[in-house]
Amino acid sequence: MERNLMKGNEALAEAAIRAGCKCFFGYPITPQTELAAYMAKRMNKAGGVFLQAESEIAAVNMVLGAASTGVRAMTSSSSPGVSLKSEGISYIAGSDLPAVIINVQRGGPGLGGIQPSQADYWQATKALGHGDFHLLVYAPASVQEMVDMVVTAFDRADKYRMPAMILADGLLGQMMEPVSFPEINANAYDKSGWAADGHKNNREHHIINSLYLKPDELQKSVYDRFERYEQIKAEETDAELYLTEDCDILLCAYGATARVVKSAVNSARELGIKAGMFRPKTLWPFPVKEINEAAKNAKCLLDIEMSMGQMIDDVKLAINCSKPVHFFGRTGGVIPTPAEILEEIKKVGGAE
Amino acid sequence: MTTEILLAGFGGQGVLFAGKILAYCGLMDSKELSWLPSYGPEMRGGTANCSVCISDEPIGSPLVLAPDILVAMNQPSFDKFIDAVKPGGKVFVDSTLIESKCERTDIDCYYIPSSQLADENELKGGSNIILLGKLIKESGLFSFETMKKAIEKVVPPAKAQLIANNFKAIEIGMNN
Repeated sequence: MERNLMKGNEALAEAAIRAGCKCFFGYPITPQTELAAYMAKRMNKAGGVFLQAESEIAAVNMVLGAASTGVRAMTSSSSPGVSLKSEGISYIAGSDLPAVIINVQRGGPGLGGIQPSQADYWQATKALGHGDFHLLVYAPASVQEMVDMVVTAFDRADKYRMPAMILADGLLGQMMEPVSFPEINANAYDKSGWAADGHKNNREHHIINSLYLKPDELQKSVYDRFERYEQIKAEETDAELYLTEDCDILLCAYGATARVVKSAVNSARELGIKAGMFRPKTLWPFPVKEINEAAKNAKCLLDIEMSMGQMIDDVKLAINCSKPVHFFGRTGGVIPTPAEILEEIKKVGGAE
Repeated sequence: MTTEILLAGFGGQGVLFAGKILAYCGLMDSKELSWLPSYGPEMRGGTANCSVCISDEPIGSPLVLAPDILVAMNQPSFDKFIDAVKPGGKVFVDSTLIESKCERTDIDCYYIPSSQLADENELKGGSNIILLGKLIKESGLFSFETMKKAIEKVVPPAKAQLIANNFKAIEIGMNN
């Protein structure tokens, strides 16, 4: 397959178009702007719609509208912009609509900074808006995975009728790496039972709505959704296990941080320290089975994030706090180095 | 083996473009590679830098903190990164714009008046490519042929007339 050189942000956009995304609504923000710029250039020629909205809130509600008609729709932003979209994402979830949302994370809170960060983990996996709901959250660690995960995200969003997020960061968005675009044979999902695409007097109205004034009905709609979530938790988890078979120390990291951690794990191995790495590719559902498999022989875990420690909660929950879980993080846009992670590995290893 | 390269200079000197050519060289030679620009406010007129990793194995962190090769195109970049170069590393300096000489003895420093050479040869803005020519000659990282192919890939079709100038700039760099 031909290898191209592309920025992560551009690869996300190209993959979305190839996956059949017909509508992109966005608003510029660093460090994801190249994504919207690429869409502006390519989307028209690809037979779709690119629209720069007047705000992030408008953009996400345009996604809600487009998705209501059954077409594949997407929006993208970076951390502060995603916060603005959270109301709309809750509405999309409450309306059981498929859509893809991309977050190329930067430092926070507030306007924060524009350098890479992973401080939106809690937001993405626990509370992207109000109410009882989840969205699928994918965490790529390379430009190639950005492509592959966008394709998967569109597919699963349609399959389960729910929003899916790609949780990337400024490092992945800005870097260029070789990437190839696989032949995509997109599954066709029958949306004729719900899409509001014009009844032409031939069928009942399809009403897209997230308002239920009767508690019983709202409860039932949430129960139905959570039944689907159970199936998703059983079938959709994905993780990379690296040198975990015999590891004493299991490092846990996702996204760009996992690349740095892998270098540190390799250095530790050269020093004779049995380190391994668990890298979740899906953050929701969290790969519970996979982390337990990875941690089975480990004496302790070391969670590394570009935040003050957010995924660590899921790590502890997933292993039921059965082993000590240490933490090392950098935040505010500072990227951890392989050397400082190696120091942490030595420290934790030495403390055993 | 991984070669970590850092290119640094003023915004507008073509630091990112030069990095892109090295990245495409890696692509042409079927290597693993990464290219990471600085994208902060320094891009708007201040110092810009760009990390390129070329490797036979998948690349971990794409951020270059201790380069094997440094390309310095202005004084602040030289001052900022000269001490970060790995022992045994190579440094390529535009000596038209940088007056300092390297005091370290554990690295090889090459001084090329690349801005001046670009002006003399009517290669406006070609200083970055002249430095790349010197870089491939002294490091052996890529062949001239590979770099020519990379340039043909990187230069947009609308500016195809600039390809020959870039080839010339590489040759000037290789012969100085």
